[in-house]
This record gives sequence, structure tokens and C-alpha cells, in this order.
Amino acid sequence: MSTIVSLPDQATAKLPAKSFLNQEYGLKSWLLTGDHKRIAILYLISISFFFVIGGVLAGLIRLELLTPPSDLMATDTYNKVFSMHGIIMIFLFLVPSVPATIGNFLIPLMVGARDLAFPKINLLSWYLYVAGGIFVLSAMVLGGVDTGWTFTTPLSTHYLNTHVVTAAMGIFLAGFSSIFTGLNFIVTVHRMRCPGMTWFRLPLFVWGHYATSIIMILGTPVLAITLVLVALERTMSIGVFDPTKGGDPLLFQHLFWFYSHPAVYIMILPGMAVISEVISTFSRKRVFGYTAVAFSSVAIAVFGFLVWEHHMFIMGVSQYSALVFSLMTMLVAVPSAIKIFNWSMTLYKGSITFETPMLYAFGFLGLFTIGGLTGIFLATLGMDIHLTETYFIVAHFHFVMVGGMLMAYLAGVHFWWPKMTGRMYPEAISKTAAVITFIGFIVTFFPQFLLGYLGMPRRYAAYPADFQVLNVFSTAGASILGIGYLLPMLYLPWSLIYGKIAGNNPWQATGLEWQIQSPPLTENFAEIPIMDHEAYDYEWLANKTQHEVQTVG
Amino acid sequence: MDSQSIATTPEELDRSVLPHAHEHPAFLRHHFEDVGQQREAASFGMWVFLLTEVMFFGGLFCAYLIFRNWYHPAFVAGSNTLDITLGTTNTAVLICSSFTMAMAVYSAEIRRRGQLILFLVLTIVLGSAFLGIKAVEYHQKYVDHHIPGLDFSIQEFVHPSNPKAIPLAPDMAEKTQLYFFLYFAMTGMHALHMIIGIALLFIMVARASKGAYTEGHVIPVENFGLYWHFVDIVWIFLFPLLYLISRYR
Repeated sequence: MSTIVSLPDQATAKLPAKSFLNQEYGLKSWLLTGDHKRIAILYLISISFFFVIGGVLAGLIRLELLTPPSDLMATDTYNKVFSMHGIIMIFLFLVPSVPATIGNFLIPLMVGARDLAFPKINLLSWYLYVAGGIFVLSAMVLGGVDTGWTFTTPLSTHYLNTHVVTAAMGIFLAGFSSIFTGLNFIVTVHRMRCPGMTWFRLPLFVWGHYATSIIMILGTPVLAITLVLVALERTMSIGVFDPTKGGDPLLFQHLFWFYSHPAVYIMILPGMAVISEVISTFSRKRVFGYTAVAFSSVAIAVFGFLVWEHHMFIMGVSQYSALVFSLMTMLVAVPSAIKIFNWSMTLYKGSITFETPMLYAFGFLGLFTIGGLTGIFLATLGMDIHLTETYFIVAHFHFVMVGGMLMAYLAGVHFWWPKMTGRMYPEAISKTAAVITFIGFIVTFFPQFLLGYLGMPRRYAAYPADFQVLNVFSTAGASILGIGYLLPMLYLPWSLIYGKIAGNNPWQATGLEWQIQSPPLTENFAEIPIMDHEAYDYEWLANKTQHEVQTVG
Repeated sequence: MDSQSIATTPEELDRSVLPHAHEHPAFLRHHFEDVGQQREAASFGMWVFLLTEVMFFGGLFCAYLIFRNWYHPAFVAGSNTLDITLGTTNTAVLICSSFTMAMAVYSAEIRRRGQLILFLVLTIVLGSAFLGIKAVEYHQKYVDHHIPGLDFSIQEFVHPSNPKAIPLAPDMAEKTQLYFFLYFAMTGMHALHMIIGIALLFIMVARASKGAYTEGHVIPVENFGLYWHFVDIVWIFLFPLLYLISRYR
């Protein structure tokens, strides 16, 4: 099979003498750093930590559901386990996953800047994330939360005696960490672009993150004030969400989903941003319909704010508003489809090679399309009443979040691993891991569509024996999936020492980040570059490398 | 320089970056190209931050709008128990503090240190006066048993002492709790922003007395000014919404 990977001669190649990794040494130089690349690494380590915890909780859920009765754990323990799984995976893993790690690392490199606009705020954002994580962990250690990740009132305010306020505080802090990330990205993209880097020469990765940042800064504050109100209602028994005092639990749903629906686009847009880069690089073609893909990101962000009520169709909202929200929800499918079709057209007649990031990207394309199309089922008013609160919904959002975003995240981590560390990951085993992940994912979550359609409700520890076969499939798939995720956690750290030296541009990609040394200097660019060509211009790259003397090491 | 000659090695870096590093003023941070870029980025960042603040208060305003529509009589009754004189005074005090803050930014721009410190201190005084008056009002609510959750009493709304007030049915009178909760949540959140602002003002006075902002580095004062005016504008919305619902006096 052909490959485009071009590595320097391993006998003579060395890592660069000076880079952001060895500029300074010691724990203090990391904990007080303003360097966006180091902060990205800090984020990478901390979100991996929370991913492991969330993953173990997911494993426990699947183990419990292996058999019909609730035999592994008591039902209230099960409630706590799935609540913590949701809270950790959404607020501490998926929301910061691509933006705070890969985005943090790459956006200044891609726009040709030395750093994000506000390095100290960037560091503050990581500390807020860690503080939020500590609050969530302590809520778990002290005895857990069993509200589900949605904190539904009045359940969360009146009927539960668990650590709701502690967990809400954690999410509040993590929310501000994501606000600061978004703020930094927006200002950087507006004000820090290098000469010649016009808006339509930006890589689509940057467009995706720009759209994500809009949601982060406009949506997250609403979640913050909502959680403050829940905490006040618990501690001071104020009645804003309490119908016995004249308050309205539906208002909580409106405020919560006003953030939490756009938040699912926080969780997918950066993934789409990664896929644009990966597909272009491994098809050796400019992304088809660059402008359409760029604007579709912004369109998803804008439409995303106008569809939140589709989470509330069965909650007694007005039927007329439900009609409007159903229509708006279907409209979101348009920009998403624009992306999928444009990526397919990019592949068409491209010189495709099957490197690991590309395998993950193919996984993304298939799984996200299934996840997105089942979203149309749920946007349909009549269908939604049958399917909502069943495993169909669980399967739908796992196809988008795990099959989509997590695949894209892994694609991105593999794709930029040589840039971040200067070394290649092991090729054969990583391809195996990508395939295992895909198979494991399908086996885990496809049966859940059937389970949901047959009527198995979500969030229960026990189920009728009729559902067992499909649940056994799902649990078996989860163990395959677990292996798929475990492998990168083993071979990526291994590659830090034993991986091949990658050189500046192992993929022969066109982005500015690939034209500098790997790992980059603390200053990113010795001299601020001048952008004189369009994004994804492979002719420019061929022309450039033709006249260039390789001076690696 | 064209992009085909991007320097990639430390040796080239030392040649290209270090020689002109000394030409910039000390406050220019290393990752900005020039002072103009730094100033634009900081100012733009502040506006984006204020946008998030608008959304943060937006949740409370949304709740206010809904409950005011549902329980209009209760909101009128609750609003009428507020002290309009203190509220108006506070509005005037806050607008004056915005003026002194604007003058502080101007003083920094024309590089007059003494004048800058004077106006910053005046802003602290006016801001503290606002909080003081607010504390008096909160205390009044405490005395009247109008703090939800703290021995709240609907007596005043069912049997009003003011002959001009319309008595409410007990179940509507209960809804005044929502009004007062929103009153405390909104003015409390506003007061929290004021307290943070005053704390920042103290830091700025200390740094201004060492000559920090009068050597051309106006950005921090300017951005703080934006924050202070934002907090002021929130109050400009809160005052009519909370104090001026169908006043009978």
C-alpha cells in the first residue's frame, strides 16, 4: 500500500536542539507556563485522566446491564454511576477535548502567531478546569450525585440528598475554563493572524474552532447562572424552579438546554475541524468547497442556538413552538450534510492513503452520518415521543459524541502527535487500534438503536429478560472498545522514547504548523511568516520542497 | 520575506528576533508584534468578555420577564415596597462614578499621574457609597421580613399599611417571594461585580502611584473602564425593572 509518510533518515536524524519541550525544565516551568503548547500538553494529560475515570464508569454501566436484574450494584448506585459517567465525559472530557488540547496547540501555529492573545488567561483556564475536576471528583468520592448529567429540577433541587451543589460548582468552574478558551481563540483569530493570512486562507480547523468559540462564549454563561440558581434553590430554598412557590421547572429546562444543546456542537465542531485537515492531507487535495465548509461551521453554531426545545417535546411545551423547533432542528442537518458531502467530494479522485489518522477519519464519516441521520428521527415530533428517553437516544448521541468526536479526537491526536512530540507513533499497532475501535463501537452501540426502538428506557439498572441478547452484544462490544482505547494509551507514551524521529513535515501537509520544526520552538516561528498562498495548496508545497535543502536535527 | 524562508532553527531565531527586541516599550508582551496589535487584542478581548457577562445576566433577566408576566400584581406590590429615594440616589451615584472612571481613562491617556490617582480614588469612593446605600436597603428588607427564606412575611401585601396599595390575595402575595428573590439575585450579582471592581481599583491605584499607566500603557485602565461602565449599564436596566413597576407614589 502506498504511503505519503516521509521521515528523515533515522540513522542521522535527531530531535531539534531547542524546542518548547526543553526550553525550560522542572515542574514549575510547566505549572507557571504561558506557552500555549505546554498548556495544551497539560490539558492533554488532565483530560486523559478524566477520560479513564469516565471510561471505567461506562464499563461498570455495561457490566451491570449484562444481566436483566440489578445484581452488580444497587439501583441508586447505578444512578450515581451513570450520572458521574455523563458529567465527567461531557464537561471534563468532550467539551475541552479537541479545543483545549489540539486547538490550543495549533491555533496560534495555524494563524502564524507566537501565542494565543492572552497566555495568562489560557493558563487560568487550565487551573479552572483542574479546580472544576477536583470538585466533581470530590462529589464522587463523598458519595456521588444521582441527578443524571442534566440536573433536572425539581429532582435535583428537592428530592435528592446527594452532592448536587458540589458537582454543580465543579461544572460552573469548568464552564468558565471553556469560556476563557473560547475568548482566547476568538481574539487570536481576529487580531493575531500573520500578514497575508486572510479569513479565507485560514485552515478549516481554525474556522471550526472559531464557530465553537462563539458557542462557548455565548452559551456557557447561561449554564453558569442556571447552576447558580439550582445551588441557591437547594441551599436557600428559593422558588424559581419550584412550582409550589410559583416557580417553573420548565424554565430550568429552557435555560439548561439553551446551553446544553449548543454544547453538543461544542463537542462536534472541533471534531469536524480535525476531519477537514486529515481528509485533505491524505487525499492530497484542497478541501472541496472550502467556503461552504467554512460557513457551514458558523451556520451550525448559529442554528445550534435555535433548536434547544427539541429536548423538551414531551415536557408539555406549546405544540406550535414544538413545530418551529422541529423544523429548525431539521435545518441543522443541512450544514452538517454540506460538510459530509464536501468531504466525500474531497476524497473523490484524490490520492488517498490509509494512514492511522485517515482510518479514524473514515470511522468518523460513517459513524457521524448514522448519528446525524438518527437525529432527524428524533427531531420528528411523532417519532420523538416514541423514541425519547429510550436507548435509541443513548445510541444516537453516542454515535455523534463517541463515534464522531472521539474518533476525530483520536484522528487529531495521531495526526499532530509528530508535531507535538517530534516522534512518530508505531504505525501497525495504531492502525489495528483504529480498526478495533471502529468494530467495538459498532458492536456496542448499534444494538442500542434496536433496544431503544423496542422500548428499553434509558437510566434503569434492570430490564426485562427479552432485551438480554442485545444487551450482551452491547457489553461485549464495550470490552472490544475498551481495548481500542487502551492501546493508544500504551503505545503513545511508548513512542515518546522509542518512536521514529518525525522531522518537520512527515505527512507533507500544507499547514503553516508543518513548515516549522517538530516539536516547535517556544516562540513558534523564528520570524513571523507571510502567507502568500491559499490553504491546502499542494502545488505550493511541492514547489517549496523542491527547492529546499532538508536540514533536520 | 516570503514564506519559503521561514526560519526553523534557533540560530536563525537568535539573528532575527533578538536584535530588535530592545526597540519595543517594556510593557509590550513578547507574543505581540507591536503595541497597536496588543491594544486591539486587549480591547477586543474585553468586549468579548462583556458579551459573556451579558449572557450571564441574561438568564436572570429571562426569569424576571417570565415571572413578571405571570405574577404582575405581586411584582407591582413588591416593587412598591422598595425605597425609591435611595434607589434614585444610587443611580445618580453610579452614573457619577462612571464619569470619574471615564476621567481616569482620559487622565491616563494625557499621562497625568496625580489626576489619574485622584479620579480612581473618587471612583472607589462613589462605588463604595453605592454599596453602602445598597446595604441600607438590604437591611430595610431584613427588618420588613422581605428576604425569601429568612422568616419571609406576606403580611404587608395581604393587609398593606399604605392606603394606596391594593391588597393581594394570599396565594398571589406568596409570589412576592419570587420578586424579592429575583431582586436579591440580580442586585446581589450586580453588587458582587461592584465589589470585584472596587478591589481591582485598589490594585490599580497602587500600581498607578508607581507610574504604571501614565507611560503610554493605558490598556488596563481603559479595559477596566469598559468593565465599570458595563456594571453601570446593568444597573441602568435593573433600576426601572425593579423599582419603577407601576409606582403609585
